[in-house]
Amino acid sequence: MTVNLNPPLSAGDIADLKAGDEVLITGIIYTARDAAHQKLAELIEQQQDLPLELEGQVIYYVGPTPPSPGRAVGSAGPTTSSRMDSYTPAILSKGVRATIGKGERSEEVIAALRSHSAVYLAAVGGAGALLAEKIVAASPAAYPELGPEAIYRFEVKDFPAVVVIDSHGGNLYNSGRKRYRQQA
Amino acid sequence: MREIETTAVTDLVSRFYQEANFSLPADVLAAFQNALHSEKSPQGRKVLETLLENADIAARRRVPLCQDTGLAVVFVRIGQEVHLIGNPLAEAINDGVAKAHREGYLRASVISSPCFRRENTGDNTPAVIHVEIVPGEPFDIAVLPKGAGSENMSRLLMLKPADGLTGLIDFVVETVEIAGAKPCPPIFLGIGVGGTMDRAAALSKQALLRPAGEANVDLKLADLEQEILARVNALGIGPGGLGGTVTCLGVALEEVPCHIASLPVAVNIQCNCARRASGSL
Repeated sequence: MTVNLNPPLSAGDIADLKAGDEVLITGIIYTARDAAHQKLAELIEQQQDLPLELEGQVIYYVGPTPPSPGRAVGSAGPTTSSRMDSYTPAILSKGVRATIGKGERSEEVIAALRSHSAVYLAAVGGAGALLAEKIVAASPAAYPELGPEAIYRFEVKDFPAVVVIDSHGGNLYNSGRKRYRQQA
Repeated sequence: MREIETTAVTDLVSRFYQEANFSLPADVLAAFQNALHSEKSPQGRKVLETLLENADIAARRRVPLCQDTGLAVVFVRIGQEVHLIGNPLAEAINDGVAKAHREGYLRASVISSPCFRRENTGDNTPAVIHVEIVPGEPFDIAVLPKGAGSENMSRLLMLKPADGLTGLIDFVVETVEIAGAKPCPPIFLGIGVGGTMDRAAALSKQALLRPAGEANVDLKLADLEQEILARVNALGIGPGGLGGTVTCLGVALEEVPCHIASLPVAVNIQCNCARRASGSL
């Protein structure tokens, strides 16, 4: 099933999503990777104001290549999500409804997705040129001093991803692997 | 004796590093096409179609195939009758990597000190350089931009000789199982067996230079590669890790002699974006 998502998202938008659903995102998403996560998580822990409103937002784990002249963004595929695992429960506690990356998440993240009504989406790793075509505009949103690790605001159109972990505990990485596993 | 200006080395490294980042080798694209026919999972086939489309877009628009444009691993074979003129070889190679970074709008993905100052070097240098001195006058160079997603899931184990081939195969399968969706499957495997710890690791990287679909010339090793491939594909991880029958597109295993008490095995995982470019001066 293909579902269109237009952030900001509500808990209701998320509730119906099931692991295995394909989604197309149109609207605004925010990038963040290791360094930005560390900064946001620190602010959340110290109960300080954040540089951007996270309620209902979608976070994309990506560190794009620099754009060549005339392009909004360079190559922009997902990075490995597990590096963000330790910060993710705090980020989700601020109302982030979806994160996009690639690869398995920790048990703590899976539990936090359930308790905060959020989903984990996977984009195709290794498809940075194609995914960049879905990003129509990019501008710095916070921490410009972090360079490629800064938080960017991406305007995306029909950005494709797959629901890997839903808010009910469904997990496509587990079920998919089980389904196609052959006994030795 | 043959004389080579190292400025030519710089230019060649720059050209190959950019070429590798914009165009996948034909054998890798052929492996995607073959997998499209054999993959049983519809979602897995969709991932493969996406990768083929991605390769097409990257080549046509000169956008890097993947945003992780890699740490530069450069293999050089230099004839002992060759005299290099100009900058030291390592400097010439690093100048080529920096030039590719600049001209190709590639990502600066290297930090200076992993222990203390994780500061970006700004131009994606230094490269990891492997030099082999051979007879005669050749100058061959192979460039392999290596992404961290797959490199981070690579492993090495010093097995006991008594563990034998069963232990070797089990270790490779376990490595791929632990890696799961993280290294961007469908993957390629470079396996180095023998030597010392460092030799096995270097050999596993070198094995990744072998074109996809090309078996080891030693028939017994070729059989071992096929057995590992079948075992790994039985894991069910599939393209993108979404479940499927094609987890790995190719296994290249190389062996060298080792100590009577050793069985070193290094498993270097390469992502679906199996970039490389090579040629000679």
